Amino acid sequence: MMRRRAAQFALLFLALAAGAQVFQPPTEFQSGYTLPATPVPPPRADWLGWLDVGLLALALILAAWLALRKRSRPGVLLLAVGSLLYFGFYRHGCICPVGSVQNVALAMADPGYALPVTVGLFFLLPLLCALVVGRVFCAAVCPLGVAQEVVLLRPITVPSWLAHALGVLPFVYLGAAVLFAATGSAFLICQYDPFVLFFRFSGSAAMLVIGIGMLLVATVIGRPYCRFLCPYGALLRLLAPLTRWPVRITPRTCVNCTLCHDACPHGAIHPPTPEEPRPRGEGKARLVGLLLLLPVLVAAGAFLARQTSPALARLHPTVRTAEQVSLHGAGLLAGESNAVIAFEHAAGETGILYAHARAIQRRFDRASWYWGGWIGLVIGIKLLTLALRRRRTEYTIDQGACLACARCYPSCPVPADGPPEVAAPEGSAR
Amino acid sequence: MADDNATTRRAFLTHALRGLGLLAVGGAAAALAQAGAAGTVWQIDPDACIQCGQCATHCVLRPSAVKCVHTHALCGYCKLCFGYFESESIPDELTGTGAEFQRCPTDAIRRRFVEDPFYEYVIDESRCIGCGTCVKGCAAYGNGSLFLQIRHDRCVHCNACAIAAACPARAIRRVPADRPYLLKQTRAPA
Repeated sequence: MMRRRAAQFALLFLALAAGAQVFQPPTEFQSGYTLPATPVPPPRADWLGWLDVGLLALALILAAWLALRKRSRPGVLLLAVGSLLYFGFYRHGCICPVGSVQNVALAMADPGYALPVTVGLFFLLPLLCALVVGRVFCAAVCPLGVAQEVVLLRPITVPSWLAHALGVLPFVYLGAAVLFAATGSAFLICQYDPFVLFFRFSGSAAMLVIGIGMLLVATVIGRPYCRFLCPYGALLRLLAPLTRWPVRITPRTCVNCTLCHDACPHGAIHPPTPEEPRPRGEGKARLVGLLLLLPVLVAAGAFLARQTSPALARLHPTVRTAEQVSLHGAGLLAGESNAVIAFEHAAGETGILYAHARAIQRRFDRASWYWGGWIGLVIGIKLLTLALRRRRTEYTIDQGACLACARCYPSCPVPADGPPEVAAPEGSAR
Repeated sequence: MADDNATTRRAFLTHALRGLGLLAVGGAAAALAQAGAAGTVWQIDPDACIQCGQCATHCVLRPSAVKCVHTHALCGYCKLCFGYFESESIPDELTGTGAEFQRCPTDAIRRRFVEDPFYEYVIDESRCIGCGTCVKGCAAYGNGSLFLQIRHDRCVHCNACAIAAACPARAIRRVPADRPYLLKQTRAPA
């Protein structure tokens, strides 16, 4: 090490001694040499971003037409593969509506970041679609969804208690993604996207293991990421039950044959409820209890999440740098830290850095309250919806959970051709 | 009759909520159109960069979208370039330009005699892997005319740049797409 330093200094001295003009840019050359220009290849043209938006809109319209009007499973699958090729393999998975959630959160929290219109449209269009035609985005447009769709070999049914419990996770993940994006810490959804590395043919070893694991699970469980993790799916799940034109298993009368229930790998078709309802009083008491429990859950969630705030804040680069600089100052840091080197290179002042880190920590303190409260609220509402008993006389689609994959159509024995029966006014048939 | 009422009530609620949802989405779109920002791209601030070498290893592309860039107007056209030569093993005669004398691990810098005593250094981007080794040498002993930039003919514009997430200097940030480079400029006269 010493020898190397000595050699470097000797060379530096040699270079300096050779004359000051060595370091001065020559003003003019005798030989008529002209300075080459630095090449600056332009970024992807703006209109290509608009092309992506156009293709997204087109794919959504096509998906709605194929799933709801044409009722064609092969059609939906073909469009799905097309989307996988374009939005996945050709566009490398960016930008996608799932990740755009974070851009929206960042734009709302940080006035310094202006949301590009194309990104905003990627966020809004599938949500708009969910209000009108349901989750057709999931069916045939989202490359992450299609990646799982095409590997499903032998679906097994997830026990309903487990499906309900795991169904809370997307909302928790959504909260975390918004928390970290809004504080400018990280884009969790992008960093921990299990499938994007297949689109790019590159990624970390850890994410490869997670991605392969997720695909293996997806061979027996229909769309595990979409149902139990996807934060954008959480938003769609909230909007899709309001849809104007829902997915219908058959346009005619259900014969309660259970075939569609067996065909759905996503647990989105509920069987009819038993004839004899339980005594009314019992349900009411439970409902009141759960309503009282709701604020308790919110408070408990907020309190618990607040305890994790220091650990969460450490994911923010500034907080991490401040920690390392303070350790370095106290002589406790083993080895070299690039963050400390960068801080010293920028001639930063520790006082300013620490104040900045404290401000971020306070933001995390506040945001972790909200996040915990949100988790408590989601769990409370989940319990409430489980307690609410809705009477069903036939096999019914849960529009929030239905991914419009069109698998149930071919399973239905009621002939779909011919004009749909004129629906009798509900209630008068009985 | 009670059933009938219940159905109407639920239908009414659904319609109302859907209307609200559409209004919210429409409002968001309108707000967006007003805020209307153009796209952004990722770029390295050469003044903040410490050449830690992670640009070469953390990009989702192989080789990285980051390349060394040369502002010739800043270059000293040194005969003895510390961006080019490995400082430990410079040959006596300064004529040997073999791999053993070079800093660059991929032989991506072209050295050419211009006129006495000036030599021109040009980056061959097809060979550059963006490791920043030459940048470090140039910054330590020279004018700092070599620096790293994200090349937009290669960058795939990930929503979360993998290098930015790893960069210890936080030197990678979003810049407006119509000004996509942060080039080192000719120094203002003192």
